[in-house]
Amino acid sequence: MQKIEAIIQPSKLDAVKQALLDAGIEGMTILEARGHGRQKGHTEFYRGREYTVDLLPKIKIETVVADEILDKAVEAILAAARTGKIGDGKIFISKIDEAIRIRNDERGPTAI
Amino acid sequence: MRPRTVKLSLLATLSFLFCGLPAFAQSSPPATTTQIAQLQSQIANAQMSADNAWMLISAALVLLMTGPGLALFYGGLVRRKNVLSIMMQSFAMMCIITVVWAFFGYSLAFSSGTPFIGGLQHAFLRGVGLQPNPSYGATIPAQSYMIYQLMFAIITPAVITGAFAERMKFHSMALFLTLWSIFVYSPLAHMVWGKGGFLSASLGGAFPCLDFAGGTVVEIASGISALVCALYLGKRIGYPKEPMTPHSLVLSFTGACLLWVGWLGFNAGSAFSAGPLATSAFVNTQFAAASAAILWAACEWIHRGKPSALGAVSGAVAGLVAITPAAGFVQPMPALLIGTVAGITCYFMVVKVKFWFGYDDSLDAFGVHGIGGTIGALLTGVFASSAINPIFKSASGATLPSGVIEGNWHQLINQFVGVAIAWGISIVGTLIILKVVDLTIGLRVTPEHEDEGLDITQHGEEGYDFAS
Repeated sequence: MQKIEAIIQPSKLDAVKQALLDAGIEGMTILEARGHGRQKGHTEFYRGREYTVDLLPKIKIETVVADEILDKAVEAILAAARTGKIGDGKIFISKIDEAIRIRNDERGPTAI
Repeated sequence: MRPRTVKLSLLATLSFLFCGLPAFAQSSPPATTTQIAQLQSQIANAQMSADNAWMLISAALVLLMTGPGLALFYGGLVRRKNVLSIMMQSFAMMCIITVVWAFFGYSLAFSSGTPFIGGLQHAFLRGVGLQPNPSYGATIPAQSYMIYQLMFAIITPAVITGAFAERMKFHSMALFLTLWSIFVYSPLAHMVWGKGGFLSASLGGAFPCLDFAGGTVVEIASGISALVCALYLGKRIGYPKEPMTPHSLVLSFTGACLLWVGWLGFNAGSAFSAGPLATSAFVNTQFAAASAAILWAACEWIHRGKPSALGAVSGAVAGLVAITPAAGFVQPMPALLIGTVAGITCYFMVVKVKFWFGYDDSLDAFGVHGIGGTIGALLTGVFASSAINPIFKSASGATLPSGVIEGNWHQLINQFVGVAIAWGISIVGTLIILKVVDLTIGLRVTPEHEDEGLDITQHGEEGYDFAS
């Protein structure tokens, strides 16, 4: 099992969600996040006061998938979330030791 | 206004009589004195109904300026943790000043007394009934005049709350502004608008200062007192290093638009009649707000590359402030010009001067109301036109020139005296009252409470509950 954490542009959420569903991923968690990578923020002015806003709104998608569909899932996110500009986001993948379904104590890949 | 009212009613009576003449000639007996008196009283009643309708609507419009107008405008500009506290301060003025006004406030402003403060004849509204008071709105019930003036007395201290936003204890604010209303607002209102007031233009003042709807009484008084508060209380913790962005410009935008709408009643209602003078004030108000908004936004556009929504609505408020003293005295084109000057100058004060000096006039009550009011009061002396409002009469009843454009340079001196007195009483009065409150119950919340936010620490609630 693998965990995919994808940080994407908020405007790409619907496209990525649909692409993941089409790739056979059934469950995911969406978080509203703020952050920045190499992308620079922007400046705001309120009555002459200047504020640099470097933490920009992002969406973080978390989903745990079986090893065999990992590549397909990553491809789906890449295709749906890419605009080619700075600020498109990142994907992080890590190994998951165990998954447990709370309802019936089911364990392993079938629980995800 | 008053002589015209009498003339109008006479004219109406006469034309009515002439229309009826052929009928009298054929069958009826000639009109008797009692019939004429009856007709005159009917005409007077009709005029009172018309004027009173506009005055009650105007009074409601002015109340609309404080809550929701000012409450939303200020509410959006503070940080999320203080939104309720600043709204509650405006609302508290709606309640507290109403009671103070009924007890002493109205009497101190509008009873006859010395040139500087009224007496206590009208305390507890004694003698303020449904018959007109000839000095204050000859064609409306005295209570209409009283309640309309109350709405002004409410919004003036509410404007000051913008200067000490996010850091003053609620009960200190309530005590301070109650005392301020009694010892600064009422005397100044008496001087400018009260019978025999030192600055009264139409009721026998020594220095007749033209102030149609409160450029000195409301705007300078609140704006200058705001600056004194900002300096006395000191900056908010973290200002100007930490970001203190407005938490909801949507609220501020809505509030500013409500202020604009309400201001039409604030200025046009100050004609105390529904006649042509109200139209003049209404038109001028609209023009000045628009031109000031355009100029503020244009300054930003040139200076920062983008016209902001907050800038545009702030400009509109600056224009409304500046036209307040002039609304019923000037022609429409000078009104546009007054708005233009106010838009540019207030922009400069708020965006540049505040940062040069480093004071924390948190919501710019001084930069917009103090400066806009001063500009408006002085320019009223320049552009006042006797064609709009023949306020100065010679002993023989002839109309005298009003402002500098009509050759009355002396009026500019009167306006300066009015401005100087308004600045003076605001600075001295506010300083003394702040000191008294500071020494008795203190002014600022503790640093911990300021950090946590005034909504929780002063009121025990939050403006937005994102968990429910």
